[in-house]
Amino acid sequence: MMQQSAPSAEPLLKVDDLVVEYFVGGKTVHAVSGVSLDIARGETLGLVGESGCGKSTLGRAVLQLRPAVSGKVLFDGNDLTAMRGDPLRKMRQRVQLIFQDPIASLNPRRRIGDIVAEPLVIAGIKDPDKRRKMVCDVLSAVGLDPALVIGRLPHEFSGGQCQRICIARALVLNPDFIICDEPVSALDVSIRAQILNLLEEMKARYGLTLLFIAHDLAVVKAVSDRVAVMYLGRLCEVGPSEQLFAKPAHPYTALLLEAIPVPDPDVRPAESVAVGEPPSPIAPPSGCRFRTRCPRADARCAAEMPELRMVAPRQYAACHYPLT
Amino acid sequence: MATLELDLAEEAVSAPVRKGRRFGMLFWAAIGWIVLVCALAIFAGVLPIPDPTAMDMLERRAPYSWEHWLGTDGLGRDEVSRLIYGARISLVVGLCAPMIGLTVGGALGMLAGYFRGRFETLTVGGTDVLLAFPPLILVLAIIAFLGQSIFNLTCILGVLGIPAFMRVARATTLTLSRREFVIAAQALGASHSRILLRELLPNVILPLFAFFLLGVAVTIVVEGSLSFLGLGVPPPISSWGSMIGEGRESLEVAPRLAFLPAVAMFLTVLAFNLVGDTLRAITDPRQGAL
Repeated sequence: MMQQSAPSAEPLLKVDDLVVEYFVGGKTVHAVSGVSLDIARGETLGLVGESGCGKSTLGRAVLQLRPAVSGKVLFDGNDLTAMRGDPLRKMRQRVQLIFQDPIASLNPRRRIGDIVAEPLVIAGIKDPDKRRKMVCDVLSAVGLDPALVIGRLPHEFSGGQCQRICIARALVLNPDFIICDEPVSALDVSIRAQILNLLEEMKARYGLTLLFIAHDLAVVKAVSDRVAVMYLGRLCEVGPSEQLFAKPAHPYTALLLEAIPVPDPDVRPAESVAVGEPPSPIAPPSGCRFRTRCPRADARCAAEMPELRMVAPRQYAACHYPLT
Repeated sequence: MATLELDLAEEAVSAPVRKGRRFGMLFWAAIGWIVLVCALAIFAGVLPIPDPTAMDMLERRAPYSWEHWLGTDGLGRDEVSRLIYGARISLVVGLCAPMIGLTVGGALGMLAGYFRGRFETLTVGGTDVLLAFPPLILVLAIIAFLGQSIFNLTCILGVLGIPAFMRVARATTLTLSRREFVIAAQALGASHSRILLRELLPNVILPLFAFFLLGVAVTIVVEGSLSFLGLGVPPPISSWGSMIGEGRESLEVAPRLAFLPAVAMFLTVLAFNLVGDTLRAITDPRQGAL
């Protein structure tokens, strides 16, 4: 379908020092504070973090659904933050979103055929027969029978089926890049694997690049080439999936990995599991944002904000005292 | 890349189930009554009934007879034809005034709920002012200034209905525009007008329509009250409210003169409320699934 080229030097998506803030009751919420990321063509980048750490906001800010305070989002060389109106809408068609709640992301009063055809109508494909054919093709690709599905309403489907429909809608315009915002969190465990496999299959078939946002480390490990760990609006660590899971460099990553339950009743949970809640993003701690819960923190962590530094080949951590 | 063990099982999509949507006797009775009243009002001119304004001083307050099915009023005018012509006024005002509220208020509410910001503040503030104003006094003042006519009455009642429709539309839009399908449409590159018309309107229109039917009922009553006070349509045109008002003078001699138009109004208002309620309950897609 699309080009399956070797990873080129130029990343498909480059997020550069992105800052997103919003205002609640006169207070500023620092949702994303200076995040930089590269995603190469054909790569899957997993983005993990606790709830409220800004990972969904980051995903939406990439599409300019939330305005960025500063920083740049370069998609295929075009700065999305500088775009407005029609050019931005055109560019958005190459980037698609898949949401956590598949049922809420389908309009309850529109038929599945219309919902999946909507991107085509917006893109200006006028011929209804052509649209119908494209819709049927993509529905079959995600494992649904077009003849049975097209005339029905979203509430007639299960969560897993709705997620398939959402994936079909995201794929129908043949995009380059898909942001999956916790696509399996709302689904039954038995359905998760199906949807993840479907995403993998579609990635190969349509030559996609994925940003996979999740809080479930097992899911992220299964699908990602590289993983980025986010804490309170900042990146802690970025590295190749296997390497990062085997040898975490940032104390927070290590802590997350320790918190994965082991399927053995005799194994006692580690003692060092994080105490308390993450601090409020309205008043983040000075210096390193993780220092309030970090076992290794000292005066330097409070004074100086750590930058992402290379700790191993292709692995970066934002910590003054990395574990490796 | 790891592949998970579970294979893609073909999910069985069950064959469409025909949903039995039972409306109940009351609903059909209500629909029947509305259709009857509307038909009579529309064809009043061609029906073989006496002129509603033709007076017959010898037949004042005549009882039921073959000539006058429901008798005559205090000026010897045929009660049946006055009721039918009165239905015209009640229905025209009752349907047109909420229509103004529905279109203007609905549009304002959707825009306010979707775009938020200063526009919302202005709209909500404006309608709050309108709501805070005592409506009866406003109607009296404007009628006194512009003169009594059906058109003026409809316009005033319509404008007074705007805040309520605006609030319903805004509240519904507010909750809907946070839903992910709206964000999905934005992410697809849909324009604002497309999101408003294709994604939001189909979801907002039903609660608004149910509210519209309620508005019809309320407006019929308000028009009746105004006519009762002699501020509705000018005589000799009959309206249910003015008929009740005129019948009040002879309550002891001929109570039916006040009672008949009151029953007509009661049944019509009840019918509109019933239909509105049933439609709202039935067109909710999630309830339909149960």
